[in-house]
This record gives sequence, structure tokens and C-alpha cells, in this order.
Amino acid sequence: MALAENELSFQEKVDQDIRIEPKDWMPDAYRKTLIRQISQHAHSEIVGMLPEANWITRAPSLKRKATLIAKVQDEAGHGLYLYSAAETMGISREEMVDQLLSGKAKYSSIFNYPTITWADMGAIGWLVDGAAIMNQVPLCRASYGPYARAMVRICKEESFHQRQGFEILLVLSKGSEAQRRMCQDAIDRWWWPSVMMFGPNDEASPHTAQSMRWKIKRFTNDELRQRFIDVCAEQVKLLGMRLPDDLLKWNEERQHYDFGPIDWEELRQVISGNGPCNKERLAARVQAHADGAWVREAAMAHAGKRAQRAAPDQYKVA
Amino acid sequence: MTEQQWPLWEVFIRSKQGLDHKHAGSIHAADAAMAIENARDVYTRRMEGVSIWVVESKYIHASNPDEASSLYDPANDKIYRHPTFYDLPDELKHM
Ligand SMILES: [Fe+2]
Ligand SMILES: [Fe+2]
Repeated sequence: MALAENELSFQEKVDQDIRIEPKDWMPDAYRKTLIRQISQHAHSEIVGMLPEANWITRAPSLKRKATLIAKVQDEAGHGLYLYSAAETMGISREEMVDQLLSGKAKYSSIFNYPTITWADMGAIGWLVDGAAIMNQVPLCRASYGPYARAMVRICKEESFHQRQGFEILLVLSKGSEAQRRMCQDAIDRWWWPSVMMFGPNDEASPHTAQSMRWKIKRFTNDELRQRFIDVCAEQVKLLGMRLPDDLLKWNEERQHYDFGPIDWEELRQVISGNGPCNKERLAARVQAHADGAWVREAAMAHAGKRAQRAAPDQYKVA
Repeated sequence: MTEQQWPLWEVFIRSKQGLDHKHAGSIHAADAAMAIENARDVYTRRMEGVSIWVVESKYIHASNPDEASSLYDPANDKIYRHPTFYDLPDELKHM
């Protein structure tokens, strides 16, 4: 009885766009789903640093290098905002890190693709951050307060990511024949994986309806995907490049671009661990965590020693 | 041996001189000095702050939202605390 009442008043709040805060009552399933959603998003930000970090030492100029470092540092920040939001729901940081490192948790499949040329830095900024922005802007109005506030911070920072990426491609598109080829090649490789970032078709996402009722998802996968394709199909013209889809065509009646079939088998393969870089990405995170262990321990020991030295004698523990 | 975890700290930031510190999020750090440095790197990469407070999360005590109605009850029926409660003529100026 009490549970049903609680559920009812919870949903009423959500319906009226009253934010849910950490100590408020919430259904178990809402908490569980959100912990999974927020931590997966956090993991994606963290793993997402790897493909771009790959080019920091080889950026073509000091300006590009400084920009790339700043962007990668932002992604680390995004991961931390989100871990911090998830922790308000009662999961510890340690548990989330364990889930990532043990391979139990998922992260966005896009980061399992390799970054093989400098143009990939441009394509990632334009398409991958672009798709992320499309997904994230509506989440600034998510029903869970700490999550929504983290998304506001993130969205403020993402705009620079996308713009610097497009600028990289724009410069290449005006460069030599080889640079133009490199630009088109990066777009060719990143386009479909970016389109897949929005997840399976609506018919194949059974949890969408519940998530939309809870307002932890505000548009369906296909709605966001269509929006992304419509925007990119126009933007690519400014680069004088093409998106690798022969069926991409403006549909006057729908007022949207039609597009070709998506290779869902590829997405399934990458999600289930068989993408080109899944093993490498996870191994890099595991290694980083292991390499940092002595630093974490030393910092704790140092803090303990300092606290003891500062404490008055009678509180000192032998 | 299981690793000892860095404690959690709540971060409060004054965005500019003259404004209150506002809760920004949380951070893990071994001690207060590190918490302030980490908070700087995580929450003020674009000059979002001129001052940072950190408080170890375990020291924050919060009111219980389930008791909100009784907790705020004493203020609930005292509308005479608001200026609009008083019926005064329109001709009255500067008040
Ligand atoms: Fe990000
Ligand atoms: Fe980004």
C-alpha cells in the first residue's frame, strides 16, 4: 500500500517536472536503471579519452596539441561529474571502477574503433561529439537532479569539442589532394559507427517507454538519430565532402533525410567485445589503474601521517 | 589486501566575488589540500570559480525529505510574514 502510494507520488513529481533529489524516495528499478545509465555514460567518457590521447604527442601544431589536451581533460572531467552523480544514488566509485575494469560494465561502442590518422581527431570532434551532444542536450532536463546538473556542465563544454573537430576537417578539406583524401577517409570510417551511437532501432529498444515515463530519456533513439543525420547531411556540404551513404536523400514529404540501412550486426559484434579495439581499450584502463595503485596508497599514507601530526597528543593512536 | 579508498568530499564554489558558494558536485581525495586541487581541475577549468570550499561528505548532515511537511510546518501558515499580506491604499507611495 505504502509502496503504491510512494510510486504514485513519485510519478506525479516526475510528470510535473519536479526534480528527484538523492534523499527522495524513488522506485528501486528507477535507481537501478539510472545507476547503470549514468555509470555507463561515465565509463564512456573515461574510455573515450584513449582514442584521442593517441594523437596528443603527434598533433600537427602546438595549437592543435593544446586543444587536444584540453579536450581530453574535459572528457576526464565529464567522467568525474557523472561518477559523482551516480554516487549520490548509493553506488561507490570503487564498485563502478571495478565494473568497468572487470568488463562487466558497458561503455559506448564508438570508442572501440581505432584512430589511425590525424583526420580522425576532426571526425571524432564533429561526428562523435556531435552525436553525444544530440543525446546529451535533452538529458539536461532529466528527472534526477544530480544527473541533470552534470549534463548541464557537460553540454556547456561539448560545444568546443565539436567546433574544434569541424575546424580540423575544414582545414584539411582546403588542403592538398592527400589531405582531402585523408579527410574523406576519416568521415567514411566514422560515419556509420556515429550513426549507431544512438543505439538500436526503437522497435528493438523495449525499455525506451519506461525510461521516457521516468524522464531519464526524452527522445527515442530513432528520433535523435534522424535529427543527427539531418544536421550532418547539411554540414558535410561545407566541407565539400560526402557522407558514405548512397541512399542519403532529402525527403520533401517527411522533411527529413532518408538514409540507407544500418549494419546492426556490426554494432552487435562491437558491443559484445569483438570490435577492433575492445581488448586494447580495456587493457589500457586496467594498466592505468594498476600503475596508479602506489600513488593512491602513498597519498593515503601521507594524509594519515599529516593528520596524526596535526592532532593533539591525547587523540593520537599508538 | 584491499586498497583503502580515498574519501569523498563535497565541493562548493564561489563563482565570483560577492556571490555565495554553491554546491558543484563531489570529488575523491586523500586530504583537504588534494581535494581543493582536484576540485580546481574538475570544476573550474574555465574560470568558473574564485574560491573553493571542500567538506568531507561524511560531515554533511541533511534534513529528511520525508519529514519536509512537518519540518517546514511552522512557516507554512504565517503568511503575515510577507509584505503582500497587508492591504494598503494604492495612493501610498514609497513603501
Ligand atoms: Fe564528454
Ligand atoms: Fe566531448
